[in-house]
Amino acid sequence: MADTTANIAATPFGAAAELPVKSRSYWSTVLGRLRRDPVTLLCGLILLTIFLSAIFAPWIIEADPYKTSMLRRLQAVNSKGYLLGTDELGRDMVARLVYGGRLSLLMGTLPVIDALLIGGLLGIVAGFVGGKLNMLIMRTVDIFYAFPSVLLAIAISGALGAGLLNSIVSLTIVFIPPVARISESVTTAVRNLDFVEAARASGASSWTIIRVHVLGNVLGPIFIYATGLISVAIILASGLSFLGLGVKPPEPEWGLMLNTLRQSIWINPVVAALPGVMIFVTSICFNLMSDGLRSAMDIKL
Amino acid sequence: MTRAVQARDTRDRGGKAQPLLSVTGLKKYFRLSGGLLGRAAGVVQSVDDISFAVRKGETLGIVGESGCGKSTTARLLMRLIEPDAGEVVFDGEAIGAADGMSVREMRRNMQMVFQDSYASLNPRLPIEDSIAFGPRVHGVSRSVARERARALLEQVGLDPNLYVRRYPHELSGGQRQRVNIARALALEPRLVIMDEAVSALDKSVEAQVLNLLMDLKTGFGLTYIFISHDLNVVQYMSDRVLVMYLGKLVEIGTVEAIYARPRHPYTRALLSAMPSMDPGHRTTQPPLTGDPPNPINPPSGCRFRTRCAFAEEVCARVEPKLVERDAAALHSVACHMDIPGSGHSAAPSPAEKAA
Repeated sequence: MADTTANIAATPFGAAAELPVKSRSYWSTVLGRLRRDPVTLLCGLILLTIFLSAIFAPWIIEADPYKTSMLRRLQAVNSKGYLLGTDELGRDMVARLVYGGRLSLLMGTLPVIDALLIGGLLGIVAGFVGGKLNMLIMRTVDIFYAFPSVLLAIAISGALGAGLLNSIVSLTIVFIPPVARISESVTTAVRNLDFVEAARASGASSWTIIRVHVLGNVLGPIFIYATGLISVAIILASGLSFLGLGVKPPEPEWGLMLNTLRQSIWINPVVAALPGVMIFVTSICFNLMSDGLRSAMDIKL
Repeated sequence: MTRAVQARDTRDRGGKAQPLLSVTGLKKYFRLSGGLLGRAAGVVQSVDDISFAVRKGETLGIVGESGCGKSTTARLLMRLIEPDAGEVVFDGEAIGAADGMSVREMRRNMQMVFQDSYASLNPRLPIEDSIAFGPRVHGVSRSVARERARALLEQVGLDPNLYVRRYPHELSGGQRQRVNIARALALEPRLVIMDEAVSALDKSVEAQVLNLLMDLKTGFGLTYIFISHDLNVVQYMSDRVLVMYLGKLVEIGTVEAIYARPRHPYTRALLSAMPSMDPGHRTTQPPLTGDPPNPINPPSGCRFRTRCAFAEEVCARVEPKLVERDAAALHSVACHMDIPGSGHSAAPSPAEKAA
């Protein structure tokens, strides 16, 4: 308290009072709120660590994730030379988990980004234009929405054949409907507000209204929803790999690793559970972070 | 009531005698579609064949119960809703006609202030950008538009140094409505429609905003269409008053004529519902009973007849036309009791009209 009074006295108060009172911008408010939210910060930090270590894996990890050793199969956690043990072919688990993050995160984020672009565009157009076009787009989307997401992903992957690209395509198709629906509903809500009417009344074209008045108000909720989808995507991608529809062995990928280590669960359950732990930690961090972002970005709080 | 004489506006075309806005046969029916296949479940006759003119420099008040089509009329004039029929002429130029004024051009000359001060500002834009948006759309450079926004904020009584970068949620209701007024004025319109613009404000703030509107009107040489359900506010603001009932124009005239000598039974009921400041003039009888009928199937003939104490057989049969009662007070009314020879027992005889 004494400190602040001293500070005020030290600054030329008269000059300061004449300066325009700067209102905090929207993004600085959001950042300020996030700074006071330890859970979201921690989750963000964990995710950042996982992402960075996956990207810079060759520089961090000395061990080769593909090098097998029949003699050192299924070593326990914290055994000599192997911090997290080895898998059923004697490969270093630390290396495989870190390298595995590359494919798992790629399959978790890329479909969501694609779906965000395609589904977001469809939903915003449907919501803003309304009428028959809305009907056409949303009912088509509903057809895809009718299938359970796991089933749809498996069906499309199965039809396209196994492989990284095909599983990304199938996951993208799975995520377009929910993103389109969220985008459509928030856009419809914003479109009916008076400020959009006022913008039309000032003679602006639909494109200008979408760019200036609609996007800023709908991207937040859509983006937050998509962040939540990343965790689902990682789990689904792991599921596809587990079923043999995603990545093929010997590539390290968390879902695939879970599948191959499954047989060893009675021999070394801790090591067999590790890829699952990675999936769990990553997806729960994404979920908690999306919750934190949602409340930090709510302008009315 | 004397009007300040304004310097001649360079945008003026037809001169003082030409109405700034003249509306003929404006009509909007909303089709209600029900069910999966969109079968027409009914038609709401929201605005039905309304004609009126707004003279240069005046304030035309529009009153009526909620749901009578006041706001729809405003939105039709702004072309936020496409009218089914009707012609709107702005200072001699038909809006939307090939040789007339484009809708975009009309929107530069005509602006609107909405009731909900919060919903009518983009929550993600600093108010400066909200005000500057209109001019930007019409090709004004960013710096000029911002300069204009600051000047307008000053004129609506908000210190630009304090407020330019504020967001709508940081302002009070009255301040937000001032921003909305500044936004409407940013395109330098000649006509501003106030759609219940002060109805959501509390009384002391409402009075301040009304006085601001009066000042701006003289300062900018504006013409207002002032829509409200508050009869006191309309009396204070308007030069002429238009009364609507169920999508129909029932009476129009100078504010003195309407408030002192109302002719239509609906206007009389409406005015007697106004709380009096004089304790000797208590309202002892309910002026009107019941709710307005369903606009989906409005009554035949005169739409007010179901609630009218003077309704006779002719009222159900024939729809009353708007007839002039007092040329000096520009007073017209749509009631069979005022149409000579209409068949209503209280109607003046045709001879009386001739005399």
